[in-house]
Order: sequence, then structure tokens, then C-alpha cells
Amino acid sequence: MAKQYETVIGLEVHVELATKTKIFCSCSTEFGGTPNTHTCPVCTGMPGSLPVLNKQVVEYAMAIGLATNCEITRVCKFDRKNYFYPDNPQNYQISQLYLPIARNGYVEIEVGNTKKKVRIHEMHMEEDAGKLIHDEWDDTSLVDYNRSGVPLVEIVSEPDMRSADEVIAYLEKLRTIIQYLGASDCKLQEGSMRADVNLSVREVGTDAFGTRTEMKNLNSFKAIARAIEGERERQIELLEEGKAVIQETRRWDDNKESSHAMRSKEDAQDYRYFPEPDLVPIVIGDEWIEKIRSRQPEFRDEKLERYKKEFDIPQYDAEILTESKHMADLFEKTTAICGKPKKVSNWLMVETMRLLKEHGMEAEDIRFSPENLAKLIALTEAGTINSSVAKEVFEQIFETDVDPDQYVEEHGLKTVNDEGALEEVLMKVIADHPQAVADYKGGKEKALGALVGQTMKAMKGKANPGMVNQKLREMLKD
Amino acid sequence: MDIMSLTAVELGKKIKAKEISVMDAVKASIEQIERVEKDVHSFVTIDKEGAMKRAEEVQKLIDDGTLTGPLAGVPVAIKDNMCTKDMLTTCSSKILGNFRPTFTAEAVLNLEKAGAVIIGKTNMDEFAMGSTTETSYFGATKNPWNLEHVPGGSSGGSCAAVAAEECPYALGSDTGGSIRQPSSFCGVVGIKPTYGTVSRYGLVAYGSSLDQIGPIAKDVTDCATILETIASYDAKDSTSIAREKYDFASALVDDVKGMKIGIPRSYFGDGLDAEVKENILHAVKVLEEKGAIVEEFDLDLVKYAIPAYYVIASAEASSNLARFDGVKYGYRTEEYEGLHNMYKKTRSEGFGPEVKRRIMLGSFVLSSGYYDAYYLKALRTKALIKKEFDQAFEKYDVIVAPASPTTAPEIGKSLSDPIKMYLGDIYTISVNLAGLPGITIPVGKDSKGLPVGMQLIGNCFEENKIIRAAYTFEQTKMYERPEIAKEAR
Repeated sequence: MAKQYETVIGLEVHVELATKTKIFCSCSTEFGGTPNTHTCPVCTGMPGSLPVLNKQVVEYAMAIGLATNCEITRVCKFDRKNYFYPDNPQNYQISQLYLPIARNGYVEIEVGNTKKKVRIHEMHMEEDAGKLIHDEWDDTSLVDYNRSGVPLVEIVSEPDMRSADEVIAYLEKLRTIIQYLGASDCKLQEGSMRADVNLSVREVGTDAFGTRTEMKNLNSFKAIARAIEGERERQIELLEEGKAVIQETRRWDDNKESSHAMRSKEDAQDYRYFPEPDLVPIVIGDEWIEKIRSRQPEFRDEKLERYKKEFDIPQYDAEILTESKHMADLFEKTTAICGKPKKVSNWLMVETMRLLKEHGMEAEDIRFSPENLAKLIALTEAGTINSSVAKEVFEQIFETDVDPDQYVEEHGLKTVNDEGALEEVLMKVIADHPQAVADYKGGKEKALGALVGQTMKAMKGKANPGMVNQKLREMLKD
Repeated sequence: MDIMSLTAVELGKKIKAKEISVMDAVKASIEQIERVEKDVHSFVTIDKEGAMKRAEEVQKLIDDGTLTGPLAGVPVAIKDNMCTKDMLTTCSSKILGNFRPTFTAEAVLNLEKAGAVIIGKTNMDEFAMGSTTETSYFGATKNPWNLEHVPGGSSGGSCAAVAAEECPYALGSDTGGSIRQPSSFCGVVGIKPTYGTVSRYGLVAYGSSLDQIGPIAKDVTDCATILETIASYDAKDSTSIAREKYDFASALVDDVKGMKIGIPRSYFGDGLDAEVKENILHAVKVLEEKGAIVEEFDLDLVKYAIPAYYVIASAEASSNLARFDGVKYGYRTEEYEGLHNMYKKTRSEGFGPEVKRRIMLGSFVLSSGYYDAYYLKALRTKALIKKEFDQAFEKYDVIVAPASPTTAPEIGKSLSDPIKMYLGDIYTISVNLAGLPGITIPVGKDSKGLPVGMQLIGNCFEENKIIRAAYTFEQTKMYERPEIAKEAR
């Protein structure tokens, strides 16, 4: 019988924190921007410049640490990681090795109805590097230091995951927690969340770990899943052939669906870590921890339970509504205004999700206000507009957050409830479509639908379809 | 009037009294530089035009009453490792030979706010690594007392400039004695303040946890006044300390009655030149006669200071100097193939041998497998030395020490034996390791006519005690000028 293999996976996740300014200077962290405009002597490594720690970075890191059940290090310090590369203006990165901000935590994940704890080894704070742009035509490289000094946390898990599904569940869990904290938007595509996958395989039943590789350049959950599958296969193949897995860093190419070795352990650099002498130790007392703890938001799991109980929302809907804090906030705020949780949930679950999908957007990208959605719900509830008009108006709200009252008024979209006006149109429709009238009278119920359709068209959709239906039946009785 | 023979505070008074204009003061300084610079070579950059222009501006601000401080209008020279906006800041290295900073160091800004006129940037050992100012890429500075001898280092340019009266005062930096030792060799006064007293923002780092900027001048009054001006809490420097008091001039009191002075036996034993010892012990006697209580005691751990210092300072330096890579500013090798070759050639050509030695030493002690044995052990030693000083300061107000085992050596005699040169720092480096303040004052001369300095060490934040003791001794002795300062004027 063929040998059975188990995959062992640990993750190193980098998350860019959503502070307004960089970790060691007051330059903006805004993404984009003309190269080298969000820079100063500190983040370009000018001689004589010195770092000053941004307190918000520590507070975000503490909040993430607490939310992932970590111990907060009471006296934590920064260290220098020394390596030469032009995207790193000082040729050392200020990071944490000896006393990272948080250690020994865990998050709970659920895959296929099985709950599991993934342990977190440690989390540390560090600065991001700049960006190199290679000009292939000119054989030169340019460097942009706008990203240099943007704050990061690196969350290092224990090798507790056994499948791509568990990895995705873990990443989604981290992402939700961090997004709920407002500590980062965690976008894999834009690089504000980056995951390196450490993977090894071993025969089922053995305790010792196999030799692991580290996979980089994974820009989406799908790429991560494919890379895990690919690397598992590659390692098993090597072992089956009697070859050894080499401890190395590999780069995933998602287009080719394969990876290649970047560097082996032998040429791993010696980073010559030592305590950063330009920064003093951060002393974290009980009071500070309690302050951060008291500010922690209601996280997804609690929120989900509350929605089911308080608003009578089904499990599946509650899951979608709480997937992002932004969506949950929208739901709660709109509900608070209009008092109709089911209607709000319906708009978010159906139309909003449809439009997000159509536009290739994420819930975080929703820009409309709860006020306008609440107004729209009020308009439909009062029968001022019919459901097809409501969908049309909602699209406008979704796109540009229009005020539905104003929009309906300006575009004359109110449902016509004036019987006299309706009768006039109906008489014309009946006169213009003798065949359909005859068909209906001859017993073809379907023909009525065609006449309703013609009437709605003639009234530019503003008629109340129920009323049209009823009126038609009356008028065609004889 | 011989403007350049005045102290900074005396000159400041005369400027305030309109007896001397700022322009005249700057002219006098430039004239003296032109007279002696070819012999002494204290400067890397002399900013004649900038200084004259600035002199006129400062004069106006004095005239309209904006500037009233004691240093308003007084010319100053700045060690070339402190950033001065748009003015060359080379650290006496080829690798920064063309470097003009985009900002000015906080300590220098503090001086400018007080109306100082920067006359130029002084020579130093490359990146402050050295004890003789011979490792400068721009050539050695000479000792104004004897041009065949070194001025000490690394702030040799600043000390020689003050001794040769090219400027009334200067700023230096002290990582392991770089203010105190050359002050001693040049017969001037220099203070290394408590770590955290003067902002390091804009000081090109050598050993970040040890570096401190301080004043160099002809007397204790000047040094106290300058320190009061440059010291400040600076939020841009995380190691800066907000002190309760920045009032150092109030310590200029001629009285040491009841002051307890400790003499560490280990500092006056083997290895100390007999004439140096004799001069210092004579000075101690003077203080005793003035009412101080003098006592010998043991300060044993300081013998471990040299290895601890060279491990810590080199480790920090190896990282601090990594940024000089030819990518962003400074020197870049002319021909290269690819990034790594560019790094290698730029750094091989851009750094001198002493800097390379310390970068290699520092990289070695931090490398994996050696970190615990060297760097961590050095940090522990540092902590123990600090503790031993803490205990000593429970008993004594001031500790007396030499600033160097000998007077200034001849040029060309030191670099060939780096270990011997490192051992020369024995009396100064434990002060940096413990973060303490220290002052050097001239107490006499040896038979070769070279100055001997005495170092007074205080507890953290107790500059005022060493200033008072130094001032009290100074009242018993005339300031001596080297011939080169006097002649031809």
C-alpha cells in the first residue's frame, strides 16, 4: 500500500498597520503617491537621523496580541536586523527578535464542523522596506522610499495546520480579527497582508517533522491553496524517489502554478541581530493593557451569536453580515435608523453582494451610508416606489451614495397610484393590443402578463404592478 | 585688542557691549585660521563667506535686542560629524566627502538659536574612530603645542582649533574619550555630559549607546555656558532625557570645602606616565588644600572596560555605518558590475583602515554563534561597571582620573599598533559605558612642554559637581597659550 503523508504547515503573516504615520517618523503611510514624496531623513536613512516610535503601532500590536490570546511582553525592545539591500535605506531593518511584543497565543478555527486551535508562537513589530523598480530598458534600478518605515506586525504561528483549508481558515480568522480592530485592511492583493508558508510533509503516524521549505510571493487565498497543494506534491515526490527535501526559500509563480528555489539554508544570511540602541525599551504596565482591552470591539463570533438572537437572522446570513466589520457596522447602523433588520439584511445579502461581485469589490470597499439605505427601505415600505424602481435606486446608492428621496423626486420615479391616469393608459393598451385581449378572454391567462408589461412600459415602470393587474382584470371582465 | 585670546564668554560680553562687532570677531577668527591652519590643519571646511554673511545677520539681531545670550555673535567650530544643513559634513571620510545634509543637528541648532556663527567644520578621526586624528581622510591635525605631536582624538580638530585660537570654542563628540583626551593633549577644557543630556539628532552615529556631544573651550566658564546652550530635551532623540535643570553656570563657584574626592588606585598604578601622575596628584593636592576631602579607593572592574567598549562600540558602528553604501548619497565607486560589486568597491575605497577594522570587529562579535560570548558579555560588563560607579558615588562627589596614560604622542607612532592605541583609552571609556559626565581641565605640562589634563568624573546628572571642582582648581592657575596662538599677532 502506498505511504500516507501528512502536511505540516506554519505561517508567517505580515500585516501592514493602518496608522496615519510611519512607525519611526511622522511621514504619511498613504499608499501610492509620487515616489519619494512621503519621506524624510529618518525613513530614507540619512546620517544623523534617529527613529522615534509611533505609540499607535504599539497599541495596534497590543490589541492584535490580546485578540489572539497572546501574552503581552511587559518590557519589549526593538532589535536591528542587518542586511544590505537598496530598498532598506539604513541597510538594517528595525525589528524585534529577543523581546517581541506578544507571545504564546492562539486562534480558534473551524473547518468542516471541526474546531481547532492554531497556536501563535509570537508577534513582533517592524518597519517595512521601500520598493525597487527595475528599469529593464535602461539596466538600472530605482528606489521609492514611500513605503519605507510603514509599520508592520509579523505573526508567526506554530506548525499546527495540516491542510490548505486550515490555512485559509486561519488567515480568514486573523484577517477578520485585525479588520474588526481597524488595525489593517488586510488586503492580500495590495500587500497589506502577506503570508509566507512553511511546509513539510511526514508519514502519517510519525512524530518528527520533515524538512520544511518556506514559500513566498503568495498574493491570494487561491494562490496559497494552489501553492500548498503544489509544494506538498513536490515534497512527496522527492521522498518517494528517495531524495531529500532541501531546506530552502522558494518563490511561487501562480501563473505557472509552480515554484522555484530562491535561496537555500546554506546561503541564509547572518542578520547579526542586536538591540536597537536608538530606541529605549517599551515598558507595558497593567493599566495600559487594561486600557487597550477595554477598547476592544465586539468580535465576529460574539456578533454572529447576537444577530441570531437579537434580530432573528439565520446562521448563514449572520455569517455573511459579520464577515467584515464594515458590513456589520452598516447592518447595525442602518437597522438602528429604520428598525427593520430583516429588510436591511436582505438588501445587504442580495443586492449588495450581487453588486460587489459584479464590480469585483470587497465588503471593505462599500462606500454608501446607512442613512441612504434606511431611506430607501422607508420608501419601499411606504409604497412610494415599487421593488423594481427600488433596485434601480439602490444601484445609484451603491455607486455614488445618492439620497434616494432626492433621486426618486428628481427622476419622477414615484409609483403612480392615481386610478384615473391609470385607466386612461389601460384603455389605450387594450385598444392597441386586440390580439392579447382576445387571447385573455379566450382563457389564456398568460396574455394578461403581456398587457401588464405593456402598461408598465407605457408608465415607465412607475405604476403599482398589483394595481395594474387588478384594474386590467376588472376592465376585461366583460 | 587680541580678540582671539578672549574666552567665548568674554568675547560675547564685548560684543554685547558693542566693543567688538560680530563681523570683527568672525574676521579675527578667519585671520587666525589663515595664519595657522597650514601648520595645524584643524579644519575640513572653512566657511568664510557663510560666516561673514551670518555675522551681519546676527549683529542685527543683537542690535534689535532679539539675541541677548552670552554666546550671541561668538564664532564656533563644529566637529565634522554633526550635520549642518547644506554645509559639507564629511566625518573626515572619503565616503562622505561630498555629503551635504538636508538638516542641522539639534545641538548645533540650539547654538544657532543663541546667535552662534559657524566658522567651519573641524577635522577628526574618520567617523570618530581613533585617538589621534590621524585616521582622517583629509590628513592629520597637529598639536598646537608641538606640531610633531598629535592633538589626540577623535575631536582633535576641535581641540586644536581652540588651543590654536582659530575659534573661541568648538563642539566635539565623545564616544570613548573623544572630547576629554584631545582636550587634555591640547591643554583646553572639554566636557562629556551625562548620556541623554545633549540631543544626538544630527550627530552621525558611531556607537549610538555611548555617543554624546559636548563643549570644548579655553575655560570651565565657557564650557558650562556652552553646555547650558546645547543641552535640551529633544523628542526626536528617544534616548534624550528631560532633565530637571539645565543650569550649569550656577556651578561656577570657587569652593570645594567638604567635597569628597575619590582617587581610584587602579587609575594611578602601572602604565601611567610618571609626569602625568605627578601633575594630576599635584592638582588633587590643590583641591585638598582648598577644603576637599581626598581618599583613595578601589575601582577594579574598569580593567574590563576596554574589551567591553571595543565590542559594544564596534558592534554598533558596524551597523551604523552600513548605510554608507553608494546608493543614496556620498561616494560611489566609478566602475562596477552589479549591485554587490558596487557595494564592495564603494566601501573598500570609501572607508579607511581603522574604520574597516572596527566594522569587521563589530560584524564578528554580532555574528551568529559569537553574540552571547562577546556582545552579551560586553553588555553585562557595562552594567557591572555602571553598578561599581554607582557604589563609588555613594561615597564620593567626584572621581579623579587621568585622561590618558601619557601626554600627546608623536605623529605616526600610534596607528601601527592599534591594541596599544585602544589601551590608551583606559581612563576615559568606562565613563561612556556608565553614561557618566566627565570634564578635562589642564593642570600642568610635562618636561617636553606638552599639556597634562586631569579628568573629573561625576555621577549621572551631576555635572555641577565636576564643574565646581574644575572651576575651583582653575582659579589657582593661569590659562596657558601655545606659542602658535600668540605669535604673529
